[in-house]
Amino acid sequence: MAYTEEELKKELETKEYEYGFYTDIESDTFPKGLNEDIVRAISQKKEEPEWMTAWRLEAFAQWKKMEEPEWANVHYEKPNFQDISYYSAPNKKPKYDSLDEVDPELLDTFKKLGISIDEQKKLAGVAVDIVMDSVSVATTFKKTLAEKGIIFCSISEAIKEHPELVKKYIGSVVPAKDNFYAALNSAVFSDGSFCYIPKGVRCPMELSTYFRINQAGTGQFERTLVIADQSSYVSYLEGCTAPSRDENQLHAAVVELIALDDAEIKYSTVQNWFPGNKEGKGGVFNFVTKRGLCERNAKISWTQVETGSAVTWKYPSCILKGDHSVGEFYSIAVTNNFQQADTGTKMVHLGKNTKSTIISKGISAGKSQNSYRGLVQIGSRAENARNFSQCDSLLMGNECGAHTFPYIEAKNKSAQIEHEATTSKIGEDQIFYCNQRGIDTEKAIALIVNGFSKEVLNKLPMEFAVEAQKLLEISLEGSVG
Amino acid sequence: MLKIENLHARVEEKEILKGINLEVKPGEVHAIMGPNGSGKSTLASVIAGREDFEVTEGSISLSGEDLGDLDPEERAHAGVFLSFQYPVEIPGVTVTNFIKAAINESRKAKGLEDMPANEMLSKIREKSSLLEIDRKFLSRSLNEGFSGGEKKRNEIFQMAMLEPKLAILDETDSGLDIDALRIVANGVNKLRSKDNAIVVITHYQRLLDHIVPDHVHVLYNGKIVKSGTKELAFELEEKGYDWIKAENE
Repeated sequence: MAYTEEELKKELETKEYEYGFYTDIESDTFPKGLNEDIVRAISQKKEEPEWMTAWRLEAFAQWKKMEEPEWANVHYEKPNFQDISYYSAPNKKPKYDSLDEVDPELLDTFKKLGISIDEQKKLAGVAVDIVMDSVSVATTFKKTLAEKGIIFCSISEAIKEHPELVKKYIGSVVPAKDNFYAALNSAVFSDGSFCYIPKGVRCPMELSTYFRINQAGTGQFERTLVIADQSSYVSYLEGCTAPSRDENQLHAAVVELIALDDAEIKYSTVQNWFPGNKEGKGGVFNFVTKRGLCERNAKISWTQVETGSAVTWKYPSCILKGDHSVGEFYSIAVTNNFQQADTGTKMVHLGKNTKSTIISKGISAGKSQNSYRGLVQIGSRAENARNFSQCDSLLMGNECGAHTFPYIEAKNKSAQIEHEATTSKIGEDQIFYCNQRGIDTEKAIALIVNGFSKEVLNKLPMEFAVEAQKLLEISLEGSVG
Repeated sequence: MLKIENLHARVEEKEILKGINLEVKPGEVHAIMGPNGSGKSTLASVIAGREDFEVTEGSISLSGEDLGDLDPEERAHAGVFLSFQYPVEIPGVTVTNFIKAAINESRKAKGLEDMPANEMLSKIREKSSLLEIDRKFLSRSLNEGFSGGEKKRNEIFQMAMLEPKLAILDETDSGLDIDALRIVANGVNKLRSKDNAIVVITHYQRLLDHIVPDHVHVLYNGKIVKSGTKELAFELEEKGYDWIKAENE
């Protein structure tokens, strides 16, 4: 990549999402509330085929029967699902030939995000499908990908252009009735990304999507579907930002990954949604269902850096169905002020000789609560399944909490499961030592936190790792008095 | 260079330093000796600005600049370096990354840009060979799993990199075998110049065989009770601290 670390750093500095800003673009927004007509209207708005409308309606029917889960170690005022607008799209439909035609305000937003299409084009090797308030506005590098037979587009487009793939795989890993939020998402998802890598193809670039919640009071329901056909490889990056708002915003995304025989998917996320202010007001509710299915000898790696959101409820998981398949989960979750995170993973071993690794790093500051919740499940036919889990917690101050909830269910005696956990606290001695070397306290904390998180940061693609480090610093700013 | 006048300091209600006077000129090496609990390490911490201690009276200045109101990092930027008796571990942060951060933060405080990578690299090479430090050592996590000798050598390496005006070596000899002591002491001697000053805090005379001081002070019960040349260290070694205690009871 012809991009030096310095340049990246400079570019990242322009991403001042910690200050919060939002774009004033006329939006085509539905009235608040949810019923069958709204579901139908969303489907119609997106010019979906009938089978998709039927699928949404079925999901909606399931959702109505379900209750919001309460088992997570988080406390919040439940959203009123009838007080949310379920569809919002930038008004001026985006079929632009050049950047000059794009709404200048939108471009300005991109600039603030540090991801102007302009710059993205220069960022050789990264194709970006930008999701701005639910509708994909721009997709670049499509041509290069098309030459390899790779499909990378919005899910709406995929529903129209590649119905056979979508029909076959949507809901195959996360069924509509899987859980409350997944059902809601299935009924009302507005847009998201779709990616298909054909047999034997190694995707030549990191595929990247930036999400952004923009319209006040609009829930964001993203749907992502990634299919890696036999012996293919793809690395997918997902990054999120949101403007500051004094109102809780609901986000309930579903991500499904399918890795067919011998395929590999690497899915990296840097999540930096508005966490609420210092008093714990506002902030995004993030209830996400992410799951991947591994066929024979396939591998799925989830890497996540979670710094934002007021409430996070998220467990990227792997179903290791095929023999010799591999699942990995690397996570850094930072909570500060009044943030609450209940995050972790599920590794479900079904096939023989399946292997999973879990490395979770939780950092708690302020009055926040940070929980790791993980399930390692070994099925009766999963001979010689192996798992290694490591959960480390780092505490800052005396008012935060770190919790670990590891669940292990083994139905096969040949399974080998290891679990390690540590809890440490940033000590005054460490801070003074850094201070004495000329490093101020904020920088010292960043340094210690980066060291603590290193094993996971190292798993991120380079440009993401730089952003993630920066984010860790921003997230913990002012966490020591 | 370093001027301490009538320094009183306490931790919580307990007064530990009870009126210290000390002047160290550029190019000089001073040794501060004394029995356990006499206030040696407290003096080092107070000069470095540790907040656990409250200065109740007196002043500390470096090259005419009063350090009293400065934070620990500002004192470091002003040129104060403390080699810790017990260096802390920072897992996941390599020796190299740590020293880079330290140097660049100090530069930032002076309004300078980060040190260019190649300059940093050659400086690291130069200083590590000066102190006989293996290149592999530099990519290990700071002090994690280090032997006593490695920890102290790392402290002196940082001192070499940061080039402070005033270096305080707090019990640098503790936990070192003879070979490690020699390497560390040689390193310190190579760093001596007419522009910097070194304060060596130690129990024992043996370190002073290697780092020869211009002045020796004996600290007892929060006060400097005796000052002299290096001969004083020999005398102490011979007579033991009871001699001092007896004189001051």
